[in-house]
Amino acid sequence: MTNLYTYSDLFMLQATTAPKGNYTTYIRSLDELLERDKKRDKDGFPRKIRVGRIIKPGKGGKDKIVVVPSTVEEKFIHDNRILAPQEGEPSGGSGQGEEGDVIGEQPLHEPDQGEGDGEGPGEGSAGQHEMESSAYDLGKILSEHFELPNLKDKGKKRSFTRYTYDMTDRHRGFGQVLDKKATLRKIVETNINLGNIPDVSQIDPTGFIISPYDRIYRILSREKDYESQAVVFFIRDYSGSMGGAPTQLVVAQHVLVYSWLLYQYEKQVETRFILHDSEAKEVPDFYTYYNSKVAGGTKVASAYRMVNKIVNDESLEKDYNIYIFHGTDGDDWDTDGKETIPEIKKMLVYANRVGITIVERKHKQDNGTEVEKYLKKAELLKKHPELIRLDTMKSDADEPRLIEGIKKLISQ
Amino acid sequence: MELIDQHAKKIMEGCKERALAAGLKFQNESLEYIVTNRDLLELTPKYMIPTLYDYWVHDVELLKEKGRYELYPSNPYETVINTRPAISFYNDNNPDWLNVMIFYHVLAHIDFFQNNLFFRHTWDYDFTGQALSDKRLIAKLRSEKGRWVDYVIEFTRGIDNIVGFYNELSALNAPPKTDISKKLDYYFDVFLQQNKRLNISEYINEINRYNDCVKQYGAKGEKHFFSEISGKHPEFDAIFEKSLDKKINTRPDLIQYLIEHSEFLNKEENKWMISVMEVVRNTSIFFQPQIRTKIMNEGWASYWHEILFLQDDRINGHEVDFARVNAKVTSMPRVGLNPYALGMRLFYFIKDMVDKGKYSVEYKKLLDQGKRDKYDSGNGNGRDFIFKIRENFSDFMFINTFVDQDFVTSNDLFVAGRRINKKKMVWEYYVKSRQAEDYREMLFSKLYHPPRIEIDEEKSKRNFLYLVHHFEGKPLVKEYISNTMLGIEYLKGGPVKLETSEVSVTAPPKEGEEPEIKWERILYTMEKRKLTRRKL
Repeated sequence: MTNLYTYSDLFMLQATTAPKGNYTTYIRSLDELLERDKKRDKDGFPRKIRVGRIIKPGKGGKDKIVVVPSTVEEKFIHDNRILAPQEGEPSGGSGQGEEGDVIGEQPLHEPDQGEGDGEGPGEGSAGQHEMESSAYDLGKILSEHFELPNLKDKGKKRSFTRYTYDMTDRHRGFGQVLDKKATLRKIVETNINLGNIPDVSQIDPTGFIISPYDRIYRILSREKDYESQAVVFFIRDYSGSMGGAPTQLVVAQHVLVYSWLLYQYEKQVETRFILHDSEAKEVPDFYTYYNSKVAGGTKVASAYRMVNKIVNDESLEKDYNIYIFHGTDGDDWDTDGKETIPEIKKMLVYANRVGITIVERKHKQDNGTEVEKYLKKAELLKKHPELIRLDTMKSDADEPRLIEGIKKLISQ
Repeated sequence: MELIDQHAKKIMEGCKERALAAGLKFQNESLEYIVTNRDLLELTPKYMIPTLYDYWVHDVELLKEKGRYELYPSNPYETVINTRPAISFYNDNNPDWLNVMIFYHVLAHIDFFQNNLFFRHTWDYDFTGQALSDKRLIAKLRSEKGRWVDYVIEFTRGIDNIVGFYNELSALNAPPKTDISKKLDYYFDVFLQQNKRLNISEYINEINRYNDCVKQYGAKGEKHFFSEISGKHPEFDAIFEKSLDKKINTRPDLIQYLIEHSEFLNKEENKWMISVMEVVRNTSIFFQPQIRTKIMNEGWASYWHEILFLQDDRINGHEVDFARVNAKVTSMPRVGLNPYALGMRLFYFIKDMVDKGKYSVEYKKLLDQGKRDKYDSGNGNGRDFIFKIRENFSDFMFINTFVDQDFVTSNDLFVAGRRINKKKMVWEYYVKSRQAEDYREMLFSKLYHPPRIEIDEEKSKRNFLYLVHHFEGKPLVKEYISNTMLGIEYLKGGPVKLETSEVSVTAPPKEGEEPEIKWERILYTMEKRKLTRRKL
């Protein structure tokens, strides 16, 4: 609802719309901004730049991820949020109606409303490219700004991934930088061949004959860089109970992880996407993964079983670092994990890290969700802390909390 | 940015003539610019002031989830800015008839800026010019001191919403000085009343004695009067001398206090910070009245654009176009608040009430609704009255004085409540109350109101600053306290304490019961960039 002070003449009288454009319009580069923020640390003040909302609704439901650095100016201001949640803040109204009459209704959770809603119909692939490229940007911010710890480099199959340029090659006659030591060595060699050095113990450099080809230069050359390969499974619970905040949080967190992987592994990381309710299915890309709507009941084991099957069928274990990220609200029809625990144990044999995020729904009163309970009971978390991590957050978690969650999931 | 073309300017000049004839008062010069999307991108972070100082936060998207309008007193999309000459902004494709409407709206805003007393402090200079020189000052300092300039801006902006706006105004609107001596004032106003606590008859005896002295001795009367006092109250002279030593600005705001008292800021190498702080403070003070007169200002402008447009002979044939746009601007929403609509209706309502002489005891005595409706004393002058309102009132006074049951009833207004219906999983909007008092309360809760935070000089020691938040039913936003205090500590060069109120832990309410909220006083201490919290 609009505030008294959001009204303005430009909008009201002249039907102007809010100016379009993103941060790149104002600032010379993101790096500059981040650099400034790093200096704050040095000066002993807390950092101020945050990664803003990342999902913006586009035309026809084709949402885009947009990287927006944002900040807040802290002041002493009144907090208006102390009202009971059952009763919203009163507002003005006009027109007919007796006191007590209901004059309108609004659904609690509006689909596809505003920013940051992860649920939208999966449609086409037009928006996909754009998402990848800015997701890459986002990853850059994440790894630079939040300094997420790098994943372990297990170095199995080495893969040729990218070029770097360095002044390593030598070239005779011309080039960028004269290699003095090599040149001198060459001159001496030439002069020995010419018989110009009669006595090795008494060399007179003024008498040297220098051929143009004796000059050795360093030139810029293309170098291959090797990095290890990784495959990352993203698993998302999209059962009926996940509607609203849990889905948004899981999706937002997976966007962050995905973006960060894209950046850290220079787009070389392979990703697989699995959605599950009581059945699991693999979807082709992050776009579909991220836009699919909720449905059905919950069986966590189905998804894990699928991961195990894929790894086994494609013998991924041999060649890849394998990471698995799973987001759920912690509900499972398999209440004591009879089916799930054996699947997890199978996964732990090959996985470098399994990271499970549980978003607790608000009205959950008892201690812990089903998934959390059976994981604790099986003591997997204690036995293999380097292989499996669990992060439980409330459904009102904010972005810094998401990032903290990622740190917890992937820290060494 | 470019100026509007000559054709449009000519229309504007025509509007000015008609507006002046209708009684509005404003300086004749004005500047009208065309704005493009790109211009807006650059201007909106600077509240449409093109010459405002540069600051990196202007380049970053601001998080708005926690009350943008609590944080900033100005609207980023303001069409008219209060400068000399006044500047206003336009789309480049407005049709002429629409420009006529907007021009009247703009002129009424200019009239408001230049006549409402809450803007008194902005009348004597051009803000864009001032801002330009401030911008240059900051740019120059930045080239010398680097990012430390930005830290000072940041920390000062952290407290620029609790500036002493009213103190600033009261200094400008001070009552005329009397030619009575300070000593005499002090004796009668302070000494006798506060120190001696005389009763009324004794006090009057003193006044009579003074009058007798003047009668008897003429110009030397005062001297004779006091010569007797030094015998009766030998301590008076010393107390009076002491009172003169007190600073004239007895209630500095936090920024002023820091500038005056911070040893850190007054070190030779840090003195430049003071000028940066003054720039930030002046900028904030400049914007303060804008947000405190939103309903009045927009109401006033809508009232006049409607009246003047309909009288304008140049736009015949566009009445329907006008009606469509005007209805969008000035219709009361079913749920929500529209300052244009509310303010405009209040001005119409007040004018009508005064025209019919309804603000009178006679009218108030009437209990018969039929008689009340028909009442007309026939000698009111509503037009003059609303001009006085626009000169002397702010939003709070406007609402507090004129939103009465007659107004609420005649406009079908109500307080709209919102509650969750768990069965249907929907928010329900309902008519909560049609009482004028409730409607007023609801409006008050929507008005801009920064917290009142003052310096407790008695508790402040030389090495630390003690701030007190006067609790008015709402706590401070907790997440912001730490960084704000960090900034104050930096500027103070020593620890800072803040006393405030917060909710003590409450038991979750039982189904269907209102949760009970208990408050407790909390003392925050920021020392060496570490925040600690304890209960008082």
